[in-house]
Amino acid sequence: MLDETDPRVTAAAEICASHAYDPAELIEILHELQDREGYIAEETLPAIAQLLNISRAEVHGVVSFYHDFRREPAGKVVVKICRAESCQSMGASKLIARICERYNTDLGTTSRAGVTIEQVFCLGLCAQSPAAMLNGRFIGHATEEGLDTAIVEALS
Amino acid sequence: MIRIWIPADTAALAAGADETAAAFEEAAQARGVEIDIARNGSRGMLWLEPLVEAGMNHDRIAFGPVRAADAASVLDAILDGKEHPLGHGRTVEMPWLAHQERLTFARVGVIDPLDLADYEAHAGLTGLRKALTMEPAAICAEVLESGLRGRGGAGFPAGIKWKTVLDQKAERKYVACNADEGDSGTFADRMLMEGDPLLMVEAMTIAGIATGATEGYIYIRSEYPRAIAQMKAAIAVMEGAGWLGENIQGSGHSFRMKVRRGAGAYICGEESSMLQSIEGKRGTVRVKPPIPAISGLFGQPTVINNVLTLASVPLIIDRGAAFYKNYGVGRSHGTQPFQLAGNIKRGGLVEKAFGITIRELIEGFGGGTASGRPFRTAQIGGPLGAYVSEDMLDLPMDYEAMATHQAMVGHGGVVVFDDTVDMAEMARFAFEFCEEESCGKCTPCRIGAIRGKETVEKILRGENVAKNIALIDDLCELMRDGSLCAMGGLTPMPVLSAIRLFPEDFDRATPVAAE
Ligand SMILES: Cc1cc2nc3c(=O)[nH]c(=O)nc-3n(C[C@H](O)[C@H](O)[C@H](O)COP(=O)(O)O)c2cc1C
Ligand code: SF4
Ligand code: FES
Repeated sequence: MLDETDPRVTAAAEICASHAYDPAELIEILHELQDREGYIAEETLPAIAQLLNISRAEVHGVVSFYHDFRREPAGKVVVKICRAESCQSMGASKLIARICERYNTDLGTTSRAGVTIEQVFCLGLCAQSPAAMLNGRFIGHATEEGLDTAIVEALS
Repeated sequence: MIRIWIPADTAALAAGADETAAAFEEAAQARGVEIDIARNGSRGMLWLEPLVEAGMNHDRIAFGPVRAADAASVLDAILDGKEHPLGHGRTVEMPWLAHQERLTFARVGVIDPLDLADYEAHAGLTGLRKALTMEPAAICAEVLESGLRGRGGAGFPAGIKWKTVLDQKAERKYVACNADEGDSGTFADRMLMEGDPLLMVEAMTIAGIATGATEGYIYIRSEYPRAIAQMKAAIAVMEGAGWLGENIQGSGHSFRMKVRRGAGAYICGEESSMLQSIEGKRGTVRVKPPIPAISGLFGQPTVINNVLTLASVPLIIDRGAAFYKNYGVGRSHGTQPFQLAGNIKRGGLVEKAFGITIRELIEGFGGGTASGRPFRTAQIGGPLGAYVSEDMLDLPMDYEAMATHQAMVGHGGVVVFDDTVDMAEMARFAFEFCEEESCGKCTPCRIGAIRGKETVEKILRGENVAKNIALIDDLCELMRDGSLCAMGGLTPMPVLSAIRLFPEDFDRATPVAAE
């Protein structure tokens, strides 16, 4: 039985229905759920498994395999900074260290002010390295000051 | 009314193209003139983005980089036909573009990407029209004869794959386009899908007709939201015009297409892992045989090709195999869209016939390092590709020539580093990347990556350097020979090239702390 009092579960059910309960659409379903709720709540997994007629282990396996899916809510601002080779050649490592220091947080965690800083491997902006993405917006030639300004703006 | 082109390619947007477009609207209003802003793909001169053009078809003049603050003065220059400090003259005469051989990218940046009339006015649909009159076997033969090889990395002849799928008897067959483009330093697939998405629909439909496949999936990485949106829109445009769907243009052929979005896993670019992902599963690599051409998506015969491989086909069908085959050298036929990235002054997309040297790309087109410091190395062909040294720069970009020098063309990415790079750190990173992105199915890769990373860390600390380098050699041999796929199998390529070509960076006998 689905817990229909949990809005995250009802959201998951709606999304599964819009994909005709097709298990091949699982990744797209999870994307849409995360787009809506901000993360994939543990409580939604049994519901998705039941609706798509697959095992909970399978749903769990997919959620844990892909880097995109988060199990906990992220901060108000999500900054993804590219760590792949091209961006490294233009100082990405230093940029990441500085930004993390500035917001007193580590890669992959959320600061007290609500800034989540994450690594990503290539955004396809390698001729404008270092590259970053802030709440879905792409930034080329990222600098500490530029990112900081954008973060402060997004926080307010 | 004057037409102004302002790219909406992600790279242009990341440089502020939307703000520039808004500023043009405003400046036009203030002057009481009417302008018609079209949002094209990028010409690939990424250091000049946002690159603004005025005029029609090939008769356009270019300005760049045009920031929002420059819009008013650039508009004045366009209206008065005056010079402007950001002006570059006629776009097609800009040396960077004029020296290219744009076959696959012929329309990118030139047309309005979703305008079917504009597409047809620039030779769009000619391949598909012709394919509809041909026997499937003849299409496969033409592709084989053209010498077209897979652009995803392995360079396997496309025609052989197509023929194998054609020869299968099955309820249903599939075309799966690999648009996962996870390699660092590459963005050609992205630019093509954003700038000429109708071409991808045309190309996949031809692949369907040639092999008897009636369903196509294009698997696009989630980091490319705009490519995803453009492809979905292009599918709708082609369906609306009867070039996709049931009984295409009354030919009796049917083909349907769907976009699938990835979820941030590099390994899903490996073809069997991609199939798993399209089926909604974990992206663990499948054991071969069976090959996907015999048992692929949902267990059915499946053609899997990279974006650039498929995108070459409409032209091959339209102009004939010989036309295409005449480009290139040795057994590397046709053109390759190379991507210049990293620490490079003029980064972007250079489409040239195979055979161009690395030096011509980096120094000629690229203009050397962005930092102005001396060149040290370039990594070619993505994170699993080799690093090359200065004295390898005259090597031609050709599958076989690169392979003889323990390097690879891969997907055509060239990532430049200046002399501040620490090659031991890059070797460490290669293992770290493999650890992060391994699908975990086989031990040499899963455990080897971790062991490798830890061992390079010891070298970085100056511990037992000679012994640890020998250990890495052994480990790399194990990974190369014992891994199920090229993730573990090729991670040794960047690692060993770094050790072989830049031994001085690994010589940490004196701990750095003692300095
Ligand atoms: C780890 C790994 C990652 C890969 N990533 C991609 C990719 O992002 N895009 C791609 O087209 N091929 C990629 N490939 C190659 C594919 O497995 C496959 O060879 C290719 O899609 C076949 O198409 P092609 O013959 O047109 O190149 C990858 C291979 C491996 C081992
Ligand atoms: S080599 Fe690595 S990525 Fe490939 S199958 Fe083995 S564990 Fe998976
Ligand atoms: S390597 Fe950073 S955007 Fe491609």
